[in-house]
Formats: sequence, C-alpha cells, structure tokens
Amino acid sequence: MYNFEYQQPKSVADAAKAIAGKADAKLMAGGMTLIPTLKQRLAKPTDVVDLGKIADLKGIKKDGNAIVIGAMTRHADVASSDVVKGAIPALADLAAHIGDPAVRNRGTCGGSIANNDPAADYPAGVLALNATIVTNKRKIAADDFFKGMFETALAADEIITAVSFPIPEKAAYMKFPNPASRYAIVGVFVAKTGPAVRVGVTGAAPSAFRQKDMEAALSKSFTGDAIKDVKQPQNGLNADIHASAEYRAHLVGVMAKRAVAKAG
Amino acid sequence: MSAPIGAPVRRKEDHRFLTGRGTYTDDINRPGQLHAVFVRSPHAHAEIVRVEASAAKSAPGVVAIYSSADLVAAGLGTLPCGWAVKSKDGSPMAEPPHPVLAQGRVRHVGDPVAIVIAESRDQAQEASERVVVDYRPLPSVSAVDEAVKPGKPLVYDSVPGNICYDWHIGEQAPVDAAIAKAAHVVRLDIVNNRLIPNAMEPRAYIGEFDRGTGDYTLYTTCQNPHAIRLLMGAFVLHLPEHKLRVVAPDVGGGFGSKIYHYAEEAAVTWAAGQLGRPVKWVAERSESFVSDAQGRDHVTHAELALDKDGKFLALKVATLANLGGYISTFAPAVPTYLYATLLAGTYTTPAIYAEVKGVFTHTVPVDAYRGAGRPEASYLIERIVDQAARALKLDPAELRRRNFIATTAYPYQTPVALAYDSGDYFTTLDMALKDADYAGFEQRRAAAGRQGKLRGLGMASYIEACGVAPSAVAGALGARAGLYEVAAVRVNPTGSVTVLTGTHSHGQGHETTFAQLVSERLGMPVENIDVVHGDTARIPFGMGTYGSRSLPVGGSALVKALDKVVNKGKKIAAHLLEAAEADIEFKDGKFTVTGTDRAKAFGEIAFAAYVPHNYPLDELEPGLDEAAFYDPKNFTFPSGTHVCEVEIDQDTGEVRIVAFTAADDFGRIVNPMIVEGQVHGGLAQGIGQALLEECRYDRASGQLLTGSYMDYCMPRADNLPSFKVATHGTMCTHNPLGVKGCGEAGAIGAPGAVMNAVLDALAPLGITHIDMPASPEKIWRAMASRRTAKAA
Repeated sequence: MYNFEYQQPKSVADAAKAIAGKADAKLMAGGMTLIPTLKQRLAKPTDVVDLGKIADLKGIKKDGNAIVIGAMTRHADVASSDVVKGAIPALADLAAHIGDPAVRNRGTCGGSIANNDPAADYPAGVLALNATIVTNKRKIAADDFFKGMFETALAADEIITAVSFPIPEKAAYMKFPNPASRYAIVGVFVAKTGPAVRVGVTGAAPSAFRQKDMEAALSKSFTGDAIKDVKQPQNGLNADIHASAEYRAHLVGVMAKRAVAKAG
Repeated sequence: MSAPIGAPVRRKEDHRFLTGRGTYTDDINRPGQLHAVFVRSPHAHAEIVRVEASAAKSAPGVVAIYSSADLVAAGLGTLPCGWAVKSKDGSPMAEPPHPVLAQGRVRHVGDPVAIVIAESRDQAQEASERVVVDYRPLPSVSAVDEAVKPGKPLVYDSVPGNICYDWHIGEQAPVDAAIAKAAHVVRLDIVNNRLIPNAMEPRAYIGEFDRGTGDYTLYTTCQNPHAIRLLMGAFVLHLPEHKLRVVAPDVGGGFGSKIYHYAEEAAVTWAAGQLGRPVKWVAERSESFVSDAQGRDHVTHAELALDKDGKFLALKVATLANLGGYISTFAPAVPTYLYATLLAGTYTTPAIYAEVKGVFTHTVPVDAYRGAGRPEASYLIERIVDQAARALKLDPAELRRRNFIATTAYPYQTPVALAYDSGDYFTTLDMALKDADYAGFEQRRAAAGRQGKLRGLGMASYIEACGVAPSAVAGALGARAGLYEVAAVRVNPTGSVTVLTGTHSHGQGHETTFAQLVSERLGMPVENIDVVHGDTARIPFGMGTYGSRSLPVGGSALVKALDKVVNKGKKIAAHLLEAAEADIEFKDGKFTVTGTDRAKAFGEIAFAAYVPHNYPLDELEPGLDEAAFYDPKNFTFPSGTHVCEVEIDQDTGEVRIVAFTAADDFGRIVNPMIVEGQVHGGLAQGIGQALLEECRYDRASGQLLTGSYMDYCMPRADNLPSFKVATHGTMCTHNPLGVKGCGEAGAIGAPGAVMNAVLDALAPLGITHIDMPASPEKIWRAMASRRTAKAA
C-alpha cells in the first residue's frame, strides 16, 4: 500500500470539501474494492476520504411507496431489515447473498452502486426496481446512472447519499455465482409493478443492463414460459475463463426464468 | 490421563493455535532485522538484458540490492535436485542449473531476478519498484502437450524437445501382445489438471548470522528442516551442518509445497551473512501463486485390455508430465516412481507398461502436492476401469471385484516394482457401497430425474504407497537422500518425557498422536509428554514430513526408542529390586518382578537413572535418554473405496455433490478423530481438484490466468457434503505399529469417485469423458453438443 492522507469527515458537505479539486482523491465507503486495490498497489490515491463516520448516510426507511436506503447502509443491515424484508424481500435476498459475511458487514449499498463493478449484484436490482439514486447534488434515475464498466453518471465530487427503491408488486433476484470469486457470472433481477415488468441483468456485460425483450414478453404474461423463446444475444457480453459470452447469454435466460418462478 | 493407541484424544496443540498463541515464522522478529522483497519476472520467458538498481539503492531505507551477478561473484551454488531419474536409454535426465536468482534468462512469470533489502518492508517494496530490469521477451510455451511438439520454444537451449527425461517402467512387448489379441480394449485420453497448493500460511523466512560464532540460522516455513540444512548448506551456501541451524516453528499447512528448498531461503540466509543483520521475507499471497511449487499437470493416453469376462489383461500408459521452468527438489520422482509404480492399483493386471516424459515449460516448477503422483495414478486407473465397465455393460463394483487382488495373495508383487504387504479391497468396497446405499441408487436417480436433475454415482477403489522406502532401494532408483526417520525419547529426571522427532507437524497433530504412542508404552498421561520437532539444533536428525510417512516411519522410530528406554529401565529395576533382568516385566507404568508385588514405578527408575546413588554404574551408564533411527523395509499401502453421488443441473451444468462415502484401510489407527480430520481435508482437496481448482496459463503469453482467489477456485464448505467415513484396518506387516498413513488418501480417492459420478450422471446423454475440473460451462457444452447431435 502506498501512503495517502486519510480523512474521516462527519458530514457529506465536509466529505465533498475534502475531495474538491483533488484529482487523485478517493472516497471510501465499505472499502471492499478499494482496500484490496490499495493493498495490491494498483491504486495510488493522494487522499482517502472515509465516509464511515457520516451518520446521515446510514439507515433504512419507508417513504411513501418506496424504501430509501442510506448510501452507507451495510449489506448485512439491508439483508436483516424487517422494513426491506416486508416491502421488497427480493432486495433483502440480494443483499444477503453478496460476497461473504465479512464483506456484508463492511460493504455498502452506495459503495457498490458507485463502483459499478460489472459483476456486482446491486446494479441489477437498481435497474429492475427503477430506483432513484440520490446524491449531494441531484437525483438520478436508474436508467441514466450506469454508463459502462466501472463508470457511472456521478461527477468527480458527487457523493451518493441514498437510494430510493419503489416497492414492486413482486420481484426476485437469481444469480449464478462465479465459483471462485462468488461475484455474479450472471444475475437477473425481475420486478413487476402493475402491468410493467423490468428485468435488470448484471455480470453478463461490461455494465448492468435491462433486458427489454424479456420485459416486453413478461409484461404480457409474467411466466417463465413467456420468455422461453427470448434469446439473449451474446454479442457484447463478457467472456473469461469461467464463462464464455455464449454461456453467459444462455444463463441470462435460465436465471430470468428462475427469477420469474421465484417471484411467484 | 493416560491416552492409549486408539483413543480420540483432543489435539494438545489446538489450544495454542485456536487462541492465536502459535509461533509462526512471521511472528518471529529478530533484533536488527531487515526486510526483503524480491523483484520477479513479469514475463514467462525473456532474456535479462540489464538489471539497473542504482536509483533503487538510493531509495530511503535501502541497505542492499543483489542480483544474480552478486551471487555468482560470491561463489554460490545452484538449487539442487534431490532425485535423479534416468531415461529409457540409461542416460541421465537433463539437469540444467537452477540459480537462486535468474541468470541471463527468466523461465516463468514470478522467477526471482533481484532481492531488495531495506529497514522496513514498505521501504523494500518501494525500492523494488525502482529496480529497472531490461527484458527482451521471448516466445514461451506453457502447455505440456505443446512443449514437446517440434519447433516450439525451448526452455533450455541444451534440452531438445524440452524433454528432461524419457522414462519407462514395465515390459512393453507382453503388453502390446495382450492388447493386440484382447476381447476388449478401452482407450482413454485424460488430463490431470494443474493445482496451486495454497497452504493457509504463505512461505516466510528469516536468515540470521552470528558475527561472534560465524553460525547461520534460518527460520523457515518448511516440512523438513534437516533436509533444508543439507540442501542449502552443502549445495548452495557451502556451509557445513555445524555452522547452520534450521528452525521450522509452527507451520500453517504445507501439502508438499513446503518440502522443497526454495531460492528465497538461500537468498535471505546468504544476505544475512553479507550484512551481519537478520533478513526476513514473507510471501504475499499473490507471490505464492507464482513461486510455490505447483502440483499434478499430466496429459495421458492409456489403454486397458480385458478378456471377455472383464479380467484385466494389460495396461499401457503414456504420460507427459509438466515439470515447469526448473527442476524442483523432488520433481523428477513424482511422475515416475510415485506415479507409474502405482498403476496396478488394487488390481491383478498382469502386464503393465508406462512411458513418462518429464517436460520443461515456461511455468512455475511442479513438484509433489498432497498425494504426489498417486492421485494421478489412481484417477487414471479408476476412470479407465469405469469406462471398461460401461463398455462391457458390467456393474462397476462387480468389475472391480473381479479384478481385485485376493485377500490371501499378500505379499503381492505387482508388475511395476511395488510389493503390497497387506490389504482387503473387498471389505472396504462393500462397506462403502453399503454406507452409500448403492442398492437404492437407481430409485434416487429416478426421483432426481423427476425433478429435472441428472443424478450419478461413482466409485474409486484407490491404493497409495506411503513412506518412501527402504533407503537402499530409493537410492538405487535415484534418490539422493536416505528415507529413514529418527526419534529420541528424553526421560527427564522427575519422570516426564520429551520426544524429539525428525518429522514435522504443520497441521497433522503429531504433538498428540506421538504423545499417545508414549502414553500407551510408558503408561503415563499425555500431559507429561512433550513432542518437539522442527529445529536442527534440538532434534538429532530427521527427514521431515511428506508422503504420509510420519507415523509409519517416524512413529516406528519412536517405538524403537521407547523399546530402548524400557529395556534400560528393566536393567535399573532389576538392580533396585535385586532380581534378574529377565524376571522384570513392564506394564502400566510399573517395573514388576514377575509373579510378585515387588515393583518400581517408571518415575522412580527415571530418578534413579539421573541420581545414581544406588545404581549398577559398572555395567550401565546413568541417564535415560535413547534415540533410534528406523529405515522402513517397504512402503505402506493404504487403500479403500470412495463413493460419490452427484446431481447435475441440466440448465446450467452445475454439479452438486449430494453424498460422499469413504471406507479406508489405514492399518492400525492411533487417534481416530485426527484420522477423520485428515480424511475430511483430503476429500475437500480431491473434490476441489475434480470440480473447482485449475491453475491456468495463457497459452500464448504464459501469463498465469488464475493468479488470485478471484479466479483460482478453492473448495469451500458449501461445495462439500457431510462426509460419511469409516475405516477397516488390515495391519501393515513390516512396521511395529501396523500403521499405514492417512494424510493423502482423501485427495487420492476423491477425484476418481467424483468424476465417475459426474460421468455416470451424463451417461444417458452419451457423454463418456470430461476432464477435470468439471466446471458448469464444460458440462453445459457437453450436454448441448449431445442434444444437438441427437436432434440432427
């Protein structure tokens, strides 16, 4: 690990101030990606600004027809929250299967979304639930947020404060984990609200995306059969030693069908 | 509490390990200690044009930077090989030197080029990034079946075809004749996947030099400190044994990877002498991936000839074994004397011929890894036997029974050098099948089918050879060391006992098992017995722990030393009790005059030996401190049957193990709880090899593709079922305890059982072979291609 300045601001405003004008400053949420990167000397930030002491960023509440999760709320808290389990059990289930217990007790909702790892779980849920990402500057719709591999709509000095998840009628998340890393090789989140169905896919491509052919089919009939002939094109999908693009494309179909069945 | 042989005594060492009070090498910090970091090759193959360290030398805290030129100037030797194999034509294997730091060329990613030594580890790391190595990259070859093809890059210009040796065993003509006229011949092309060992504790070393005495000390994460003292002292640093102490303190797992003498050991020890200060190096996990010797990596073609009734007539095997970029310490022996000599398996196959080519590639060196050669042999045999059962439409259990060596046939001479002393493969097979409810399997298969799952059952009836021996035979076959073991029993004046063993415990529980041997023999509580290992300054001598040898060889040495203690005790007792020595018997911790109640407790005898006021000083030396060397008469031959049941998800190709049953013959068992733990760990590693683990290099660049746990898949608890394990012991006939060893069996039997189960599940689709690891995509592709073929 290279040396850096470490700061623990107590407010979002102070955190924004701490990184303002510093090209190589890094915000740290749970640190589940940043710390291993630092330890391997793959990153050399001048400053690490730890958001862990900002009380305002933590917590879960029901706000009208949405569940609002503070950016620094840990996966373990989402997984065990009665509020989340009652309103969007699929989201609690997603959080309960991120990484391992150590990761779930450090990693955060906001950190995962801001990092936009192509194999992270949250982006699939954010897209399928049509969540709104709230920052210190504005509100960003899910469809406008994920821009590419590890790329988001966030500006350099923009900090996620919360994520608002509208409560669906039914939803479910299914993932096929990488056997080694346990990240998603493919993860599919389906959510039905009234007649509208949204399907968020993570792991398969450089960035999470919506499978709109499946959404159209499922909007007509929310059954596994409705999507059995919907082909996920393999073009542009990720490929590595664990799964080819062709296999990932196949798994998108399998996981989508299973998610629909699980959603009931 | 007395804890005799057979008692499931809780491990004495666990309290210190579980409470964080163990002393591992990284826990040791010596006064004035410096820290080392190695500069390693990023290329699989390159010429080193220049090493420029002047900028790095001026970095903060840097004390010294050495590259190969410095070691050559100092007259250092190269890393020795401990076992030389001869080719078919009698010529010695190619043995190019293995320099401590790369000379002129690098031969694998991770090959060490320079050592940077600084006041702190961070400073050493910072400075190491300023060492400029000018490489001229060269084409590389990493796959063993590529490396032998004409025109491929050579690892050594002096070694044509990259062939280190072209070895064989058995007689070819009878095998060819049998195959030519057999009713059935089953052929199999099979890969044994390369594995990365992954001990929990990474390698760590501290070299130290005493400027007053001129003595060197090496603290090392090794399995065999005396062997390291010999290899490093005699061949690399040119230090006599009495000037070099090697200490292997608590060590967190080895699995073979800590047997070998590594470059970093020699580098830190030599540097400590140069600088007059201790030098410590601790591997990062990512360094372990590119510098710990790796395991397996065979490509094999095999043919099994059978008569019309399924009796095996002949087995012919041709194997390419990947040795990596350098010959590691025991590498040549692994795919030859520890592999091809096991090709009879548990069967009466009368004619066997095997050819093995040891092949250099631009990869991390390969050496023994849990099982070492025997898992490769067992996997090959058990897969081809299953193929034969399918071809002949025979029950795989029945085919095995028809070919098992009869329980009355021991000693049994195989056609590939080994002579098995004892065994009963029928009983362990029957036990495993019963515990696995073999009879009810087809019902379970049908039930799984109704759920859309493919269910399969597979078995493997393995054998292995433990405790390489005897020394004279091993020497004739190329071993450059003896393979005996040493134990000393130091009875202290007040009656407690210190055992000094030349074996080394790095997870095996010797402090408990060996104490039980003493407790049984001397009738004293295990609390009064300490077992000491891992220090050449304290232990008389020893060859260390590997190949499941500690109890069969080291335990036997301990029994011999205990015999000497008891015999001397009888002499002392005879004097004190004024009886004839022949009339003294020793039982339950007491020396008694036979047929009387006149007795002396063991402690009284010990005290008399050290305070010899009433003592036969004219005939007997004072003291009660005995040592013994034990050279085994033969290998031991643990065996057994493992049965695995799997379910395959037809949509994803994912395999889930639903049941795993093991019935093993380890001879006499000293601590059944420790044995069960060893079996569980071995099974986890064997299942890991079958389903999850695979070390992969990029074929074009030689870069390691599985260089971290993000890509190298270790087995985890949720990959494993609850194991059902049982034992049935037939006693080893040639060691005093009747023990056979149990450390590797799980890793030897499991891969065959798992893969046979996977292929049994896939058999209805017409899939006959898949190589390990049986990853989801591989299975999905095989299923998809069969379905396409059927549809066409």
